[in-house]
Amino acid sequence: MIPRSFEYFSPQTLDEAVALLQKLGPDAKLLSGGQSLIPMMKLRLVSPEYIIDINRITGLDYVSESDGHLKIGALAREHQLESSESVKTKFPILADTAKVIADPLVRSQATVCGNLAHGDPANDHPATMLALGATVVATGPKGKREIAIADFFPGLFTTALEPEEILTEIRIPFPPPKSGGAYLKLERKVGDFATAGVAVQITLDDSGACKTAGVGLTNVGMTPIKATQTEAFLVGKKLDEATIQQAGETAASESQPMDDIRGSAEYKRDLVRVLTARALSRALARAKGGA
Amino acid sequence: MTTIKVKVNGVEHSADIEPRMLLVHFIRETLRLTGTHIGCDTSHCGACTVVMDGRALKSCTAFAVQADGRSITTVEGLEQDGKLHPLQDGFFQEHGLQCGYCTPGMLMTGLAFLSENNNPTDDEIRHAISGNLCRCTGYVNIVKAYQHAAQKMREGGA
Repeated sequence: MIPRSFEYFSPQTLDEAVALLQKLGPDAKLLSGGQSLIPMMKLRLVSPEYIIDINRITGLDYVSESDGHLKIGALAREHQLESSESVKTKFPILADTAKVIADPLVRSQATVCGNLAHGDPANDHPATMLALGATVVATGPKGKREIAIADFFPGLFTTALEPEEILTEIRIPFPPPKSGGAYLKLERKVGDFATAGVAVQITLDDSGACKTAGVGLTNVGMTPIKATQTEAFLVGKKLDEATIQQAGETAASESQPMDDIRGSAEYKRDLVRVLTARALSRALARAKGGA
Repeated sequence: MTTIKVKVNGVEHSADIEPRMLLVHFIRETLRLTGTHIGCDTSHCGACTVVMDGRALKSCTAFAVQADGRSITTVEGLEQDGKLHPLQDGFFQEHGLQCGYCTPGMLMTGLAFLSENNNPTDDEIRHAISGNLCRCTGYVNIVKAYQHAAQKMREGGA
């Protein structure tokens, strides 16, 4: 399968890339890891006139800690998250997520920022970033601006990025002590999109009750879903078995799945119930210092 | 047309290509290195895996123009001076192939993986090859072949 012809640009700096986006307009598409874009171009689902390959821009391939945040640059690959010690120790939910995205060969190319910028509700990082309360940094002609992840996914394959902006960084606040998170995904086989996926991040108070909760759902709606009712339900509660089960039911009621090749809507809703309860139990164990 | 310069198996190549040319087509049709296979052509099977600047990737899911200035190893680059690479020897000794179609991809994934971890568990190997499909389902011997190669590499075979 061969994509339609396009004109290729390979800017060396971020400024150059933004200027190209301004000049070429909406017929231009950014290429980073390319693991979603290139297959779509080969199937001719998209046929951009211009490709702006940002892979030659130096200094964007970082996963680093500063100012109380984990910072993930535009060209950091999934493989880097998977093998990062600070991710493994401080953000087990992120390590959970990176490990179940596509397969190792795809992850050696695919970027974390691209996983968000693609705006696909079937992608895995959106739910996790919603649970973690991440912020994305967009760089455009007027400089940088921050966008809360909860405002980033207005519709199917749509993000809050302006056409002339590039998602250049993800910022995730370090979880306070007594925090834990987990991401669980059911897939039919390695490399498949989620039948359903659930991300949970919690922090406990001194009495052991849930102080804050973030819950994100993958591939059970037109956009990644922030399960706000489930989050509100959890806050202030001791996470006993009955509460965990009820949280699962609340999350299921917040999902909006559709029948497709991966299963019926009813099946997926029930999957959200089960995965939410399991993710919550694992998050709780991790918040208490377990694995 | 765009001119690219790519080092493949240690040899510099220069070619005028269309930007839409996929890396796998450049390798097979422009360079005539047909050891790299096209399987599914949809980023699933891994038959087209090559190693670029140390990282294994599916060459059906990259444009050749992205390889400009980079260094690529294909299955043809494994053997050195008539001597099989430990991975090739492993696949030979442990019967790590039946039809052989997935083998170039399995070998190239192994090259990048074992250079990062030359003392893997069987489980780690199975995860590493989860993007490479063998429809003969000969995975057990492929895992053994990786272990054979890993041991040889630990002993300084490559």
